[in-house]
Amino acid sequence: MAKVNVNIGDGLQLKNPVLTASGTFGYGLEFADLIDLGRLGGIIVKGTTLNPREGNDYPRMAETPMGMLNCVGLQNKGAAYFCSEIYPKIKDLDTNVLVNVSGSSPEDYAECAAMMAQLDNIPAIELNISCPNVKDGGMAFGVTCEGAASVVKAVRKAYNKTLIVKLSPNVTDIASIARAVEDEGADAVSLINTLMGMHIDIRRRRSVLSIGTGGLSGPAVRPVAVRMVWQVAHAVKIPVIGLGGIMTAEDAIEFLMAGATAIEVGTANFIDPCASVKIAEGINRWLDEQGVADVHDIIGAAW
Amino acid sequence: MSKHVKDLVVTAVEKLRDDYAVIHLHDPAATLPEILPGQFVEVRVDHSPNTFLRRPISINEVDINKNEFSLLVHAVGEGTKAMLALKPGDKLNCLYPLGHGFTIPEGSGRQLLLCGGGVGTAPLLYYGRRLKEAGHEPTFLLGGRSARDLLQLDQFEQYGRVCCTTEDGTYGEHGRVTDHSVLKSQTFDAVATCGPMPMMQAVARWASSLNLPCEASLENLMACGLGACLCCVVKTIDNHNICVCQDGPVFNTQQLQWQK
Ligand SMILES: Cc1cc2nc3c(=O)[nH]c(=O)nc-3n(C[C@H](O)[C@H](O)[C@H](O)COP(=O)(O)OP(=O)(O)OC[C@H]3O[C@@H](n4cnc5c(N)ncnc54)[C@H](O)[C@@H]3O)c2cc1C
Ligand SMILES: Cc1cc2nc3c(=O)[nH]c(=O)nc-3n(C[C@H](O)[C@H](O)[C@H](O)COP(=O)(O)O)c2cc1C
Ligand code: FES
Repeated sequence: MAKVNVNIGDGLQLKNPVLTASGTFGYGLEFADLIDLGRLGGIIVKGTTLNPREGNDYPRMAETPMGMLNCVGLQNKGAAYFCSEIYPKIKDLDTNVLVNVSGSSPEDYAECAAMMAQLDNIPAIELNISCPNVKDGGMAFGVTCEGAASVVKAVRKAYNKTLIVKLSPNVTDIASIARAVEDEGADAVSLINTLMGMHIDIRRRRSVLSIGTGGLSGPAVRPVAVRMVWQVAHAVKIPVIGLGGIMTAEDAIEFLMAGATAIEVGTANFIDPCASVKIAEGINRWLDEQGVADVHDIIGAAW
Repeated sequence: MSKHVKDLVVTAVEKLRDDYAVIHLHDPAATLPEILPGQFVEVRVDHSPNTFLRRPISINEVDINKNEFSLLVHAVGEGTKAMLALKPGDKLNCLYPLGHGFTIPEGSGRQLLLCGGGVGTAPLLYYGRRLKEAGHEPTFLLGGRSARDLLQLDQFEQYGRVCCTTEDGTYGEHGRVTDHSVLKSQTFDAVATCGPMPMMQAVARWASSLNLPCEASLENLMACGLGACLCCVVKTIDNHNICVCQDGPVFNTQQLQWQK
């Protein structure tokens, strides 16, 4: 059996490189009937903000060729509710539970992060500076080096555990943003969040989504994501977590070879709720078949 | 009640019309889980290359003896058309049973009006059966544009009185479901509805005018079907977004804003 455990920074040990992507896996419990959550490297729960958010109006999704658009808009009950009501239910899962943190100013990112820092069994957070579906904040911070740096700087002061920053693909030069967050002390970067897109219902002559635009995910974005992971992995020294359209173990291996240390499974959970576990098992099997002793031997193998 | 994801075997595809079929699904390996009326399946349509997401379809009937359940499918687009092309022996990957179903009242002898239109009649058949088995008396009020839109009438008749309306007058009473004389001639304890939104809203308004509890089954667009993605939301009366897949698809209409 190949070794598949990987570390992200000093504080996050994954038993295998497979995490589930925020917003596609609820709080993990939604899938507990269907898969053994203990077979995952980790779960990244829904985007959480300091204050509750209702999200955008329905319709929030549209199917697209080999993918989907969504404009959920960070609906969640806020950080305090997470800490008191949800954390107790998920803190003893036999896997890493990470919180995806979002906000509308560096201060409330930091405040939310500080609350997560108090939770013993949350070893890391993923800062979402890349949500395309909210007007105030979100992606606004993720599209400039200064904006990204300002959030990471504020959060770094308030949060001393493993800090992952999730990057937006809706930028000209993702590598420079990655370097900017690395310089401010991020322990890792994850990419990609969704690509901005739109789908028009030609009969109604209107966009299908309530806010017009949405974020594209699924296999349709995968080649873009692989390319960006490759670029970012070359540009920074911190670990890179790759995601975007991963449906199978082979897809995941592509990201590892592009330079990712771990991967996240998102939209695939909707098509096959067992996808994440199957991908984890499939990576193992592939490594064994190829006679690779340690998953680290394929990280960046395509460079 | 645990959820399952499984390849089920198609045992029969009964064409009711060019664009409607009942698909019977059998689990050869294990006993079916308990299925409540109003629950649904997220079907993965593997043989339709452009159908990326699963398709939510209500459970139409359950046959415990045969270890089967069935889906009534209306072919409206690529995914549902591909479902109609299934053949006995084919496999269909199903994630089920999902959501919260219709209420089966306590006690017995309750008069319930089950009001459906189009493919929205699908969950009412199994609901009617469960009501009858619990000792209640369902009345089915089914509406369509024309006689050919009224489906599975023989089966509905096994479980209760069937009243029909057609907009062109080719079957039953002329008009819409809310025009039917049974609404005046009979009294009911509760109402359930599934079908086109304007129909459900009209039924809910009528029920509310008589202070009758009314449940409606919604058909919002869905991605996960599990309450994980929050794509399928509907607004509650106090302005919160809740999931149709997990909190519904069946809701007490008083809980929702759309009734107003
Ligand atoms: C809880 C639930 C239960 C359902 N039960 C049944 C059922 O028992 N039988 C049945 O035939 N259908 C049912 N539907 C509707 C069914 O899911 C859609 O018709 C189907 O997803 C369309 O897929 P398609 O690929 O054929 O069409 P697409 O190509 O995706 O769409 C074709 C047309 O159908 C419309 N459509 C797509 N999705 C939906 C939807 N969710 N609701 C209404 N219209 C839609 C589209 O707007 C479009 O105009 C149910 C939906 C939900 C949410
Ligand atoms: C319905 C939906 C909701 C999402 N919500 C979040 C979120 O709250 N926070 C976040 O950082 N990313 C969110 N994402 C983005 C995913 O985590 C992921 O970055 C993206 O979908 C690309 O990966 P995929 O193609 O594997 O899905 C969401 C994606 C979808 C489809
Ligand atoms: S469809 Fe994903 S939450 Fe309802």
